[in-house]
Amino acid sequence: MATRQTTAATTTGVRDAVVIGGNRIPFARAGKKYADASNQEMFTAALDGLVARFGLQGERLGEVVGGAVLKHSRDFNLVRESVLGSALHPATPAFDLQQACATGLEAAITVANKIRLGQIESGVAGGTDTVSDAPVAVSEGLRRALLDAQHAKTFQARLKALAKVRPADLKPLVPATDEPRTGLSMGEHQAITAARWGITREAQDEIALASHQHLAAAWDSGFFDDLVTPFRGLTRDDNMRPDTSAEKLASLKPVFGRSLETPATMTAGNSTPLTDGASTVLLGSREWAQAHDLPVLAKFVDAETAAVDFVHGHEGLLMAPAHAVPRLLARNGLTLADFDLVEIHEAFASTVLTILAAWEDDDYCKNELGLTGALGSVDRARLNVAGSSLAAGHPFAATGGRIVATTAKLLAQKAAETGRPARALISICAAGGLGATAILESA
Amino acid sequence: MTDRYAQAVNSGFTKTLAKKLGLPRPAILRRHRAGDPLTVGPVLVLADAASKGDADTLAQTLLGWDLDVRRDPHDDLRWGAVVLVLTEAAEPTAVTEPVLATGSVLRALAGNGRVVTISRAPADDDTPALAATRQGVDALVRSLGKELRGGSTSNGVVLTDDVEVAHPSVVAALRFFLSAKSAYVDGQLLRVGPADAAVVDGTGWQRPLEGQVAVVTGAARGIGASIARTLARDGATVVCVDVPAAGESLATTANAVGGTALQLDVTAPDAGQRILDHARERHGRLDVVVHNAGITRDKLLANMKPAQWESVVAVNLAAQLRINEVLLAAGIDGLRIVSLASTSGIAGNKGQTNYGFSKAGVIGHTRATARLLAATGGTANAVAPGFIETEMTARIPFATREVARRIPSLAQGGQPVDVAEAIAFLASPVAAGVNGQVLRVCGQHLVGQ
Repeated sequence: MATRQTTAATTTGVRDAVVIGGNRIPFARAGKKYADASNQEMFTAALDGLVARFGLQGERLGEVVGGAVLKHSRDFNLVRESVLGSALHPATPAFDLQQACATGLEAAITVANKIRLGQIESGVAGGTDTVSDAPVAVSEGLRRALLDAQHAKTFQARLKALAKVRPADLKPLVPATDEPRTGLSMGEHQAITAARWGITREAQDEIALASHQHLAAAWDSGFFDDLVTPFRGLTRDDNMRPDTSAEKLASLKPVFGRSLETPATMTAGNSTPLTDGASTVLLGSREWAQAHDLPVLAKFVDAETAAVDFVHGHEGLLMAPAHAVPRLLARNGLTLADFDLVEIHEAFASTVLTILAAWEDDDYCKNELGLTGALGSVDRARLNVAGSSLAAGHPFAATGGRIVATTAKLLAQKAAETGRPARALISICAAGGLGATAILESA
Repeated sequence: MTDRYAQAVNSGFTKTLAKKLGLPRPAILRRHRAGDPLTVGPVLVLADAASKGDADTLAQTLLGWDLDVRRDPHDDLRWGAVVLVLTEAAEPTAVTEPVLATGSVLRALAGNGRVVTISRAPADDDTPALAATRQGVDALVRSLGKELRGGSTSNGVVLTDDVEVAHPSVVAALRFFLSAKSAYVDGQLLRVGPADAAVVDGTGWQRPLEGQVAVVTGAARGIGASIARTLARDGATVVCVDVPAAGESLATTANAVGGTALQLDVTAPDAGQRILDHARERHGRLDVVVHNAGITRDKLLANMKPAQWESVVAVNLAAQLRINEVLLAAGIDGLRIVSLASTSGIAGNKGQTNYGFSKAGVIGHTRATARLLAATGGTANAVAPGFIETEMTARIPFATREVARRIPSLAQGGQPVDVAEAIAFLASPVAAGVNGQVLRVCGQHLVGQ
């Protein structure tokens, strides 16, 4: 029996936090267009694009919250430094947070909650990540020697400290995305989960193909004209393959789960590539938006995070959103059928599929989630309709901002088309067995 | 984007050498800086006998601007400007005395000096002698422009018969021509009609667009970015528009001017509505639209591919027409539309049949739109730049570029800000009397009017 937690309703006694708009830079494949760009440059660019779009030059915002997953030690105050380098008023406070791939959404939750409580009137949530400009640490032996030499009082003592360095100490420690507690990469973890749920290669490739087609269609229709500002000559996400096909995807060799007994199904095509990029979302109270003549796309309704014990338990590393969503729905009195749009971060195509399968599984929902039966199905026509991480790429901390801004705009469009309110569910899995989810409604 | 030749002949040893060799020496043009005096020296106001009353009126206006105004050409001064008032001259011989008096002070005209004529436009019912006198001023101004040295220019304000010399738009046009804002405008005559215009005085000249909302297309870089900066300097809130692909530079411009960036392809069918909606929803109003976005796809017509013709016409001409339709339907009071034409749209240019057609088309629709806007106090005007130093013209082959630079009377290319200043003047409320005009910013290029 899983631990079923229900939090007290948080929707009473607070005011609305609304999504006004967003801005990101196009996402770039690692080592390509942004190979020389730092996290600070990228986040500043994303911020400046947002400022330009909404005319916020010299504006003192309530707070800017964001972060990076792969972060240099010199970037200890990354978001504040980015604010200082942007066109925002220098008296705009800022802080860094980090929750792996959920960083961006967690930032949005934080800003929205501060607004809802009346602590701030406006804020920017965001994130940035670069795999190309990732921090490289030195070996423990070299680090010790350098610190000792730094502290040495005499020249001889300094020489003595440095003399301790051995050739092997000169090999740098390149950052890895392996889970520290299991030594397995995220892909290997997910391969185990996918195999357990019997997710087929074909189903995964289908998700990947839809992602590229949806994203390309959105770009072609001008959907991203007010969501993305070009950076360093890149005007569109360069990971996107508008011309890919089921055949092309089927021809790729599996890269994860090759040591498993079941056939390996996860390829470079249905797994997200390493990506560089940054994103931002502008939130505010309704009053602030109105006073600044700014549009309101959606209301940030509620959020729920979860974590799973993937180390000692039997749950998959990326399954935490499966746990968070039922709690979120219960608190808000909603079912999966109540959502016009569902955004599930495509860490891997199989992540999306295992989460969907889990919610449709009677036993799993009873035994793992403590529900009375299956949570339900998601209408595929409502899933990731403007493409998601598989096509756009996934600069870890930047993904939440991309999804929140895209979803808010989709909701506004949907409500305008149908003349009735629209609602969206956002689900993002993260390393460490973490997951963050949220509900947005058209404003 | 630097004119190395002009720099060389104006400094150090190469200056001495250029003088000795008698090489053409393009002057360093004086450009507007806040706080600088309006003119480089005293202003001499001359008139024919019949126009003395109008000259007195204008002299009073100039005195109100704290200028040193004189009426006697025999004063031994280094003149900053000559204002030649010929509004009531009825026959050719009437202008002889003031014109020759002007000539007598030209050697004493300071560098970056100004000669500005104030005259009347020929009308259909003019007698032959009156028509001759009025038309004569046209080429008097242009010929004089070709004689002036040291960055000095010659321009004229031409009043229709129903306009008093004290009309705010006449005064504003005179001030523009006297100022450093018209540094690269030479040999041009600007017609002023009778529209109502608010009087500007005192500090009103510093921020004529205060409280107004202006849209500038193609604002990401070059001339567009300069227009955005200049309009913002004059007090406008600027909506900066450019294609999504230019978004990075567009954001830089928008942040520099404290405006908003609207990533939009002006050829999109709904571009006009989106511009109008953005301006009204985000800034509450729309007062000025500058159609600056434009492209070149140069090719001899014999080699021209359909896409090269079509894209140039679509961006430079059709987009402006479609956006203007939305603006006209919106019935905005006092709307100012300023479009970018080109000297290529007046004189034509080899390899630019597509560009020339589109820019001449701009002149055509500007005149027609001007009539439609007049009823609501609005205006439509065009600015026709000549050779302007931009990233685009920096790509022209060296020899061609060098020739293009030396052909104008001012013997140099203009700066983007020169175009921007002309646009800012035409966009200002006080310029209401200037409607359907094409103002060339070309340093008096040889060809065309």
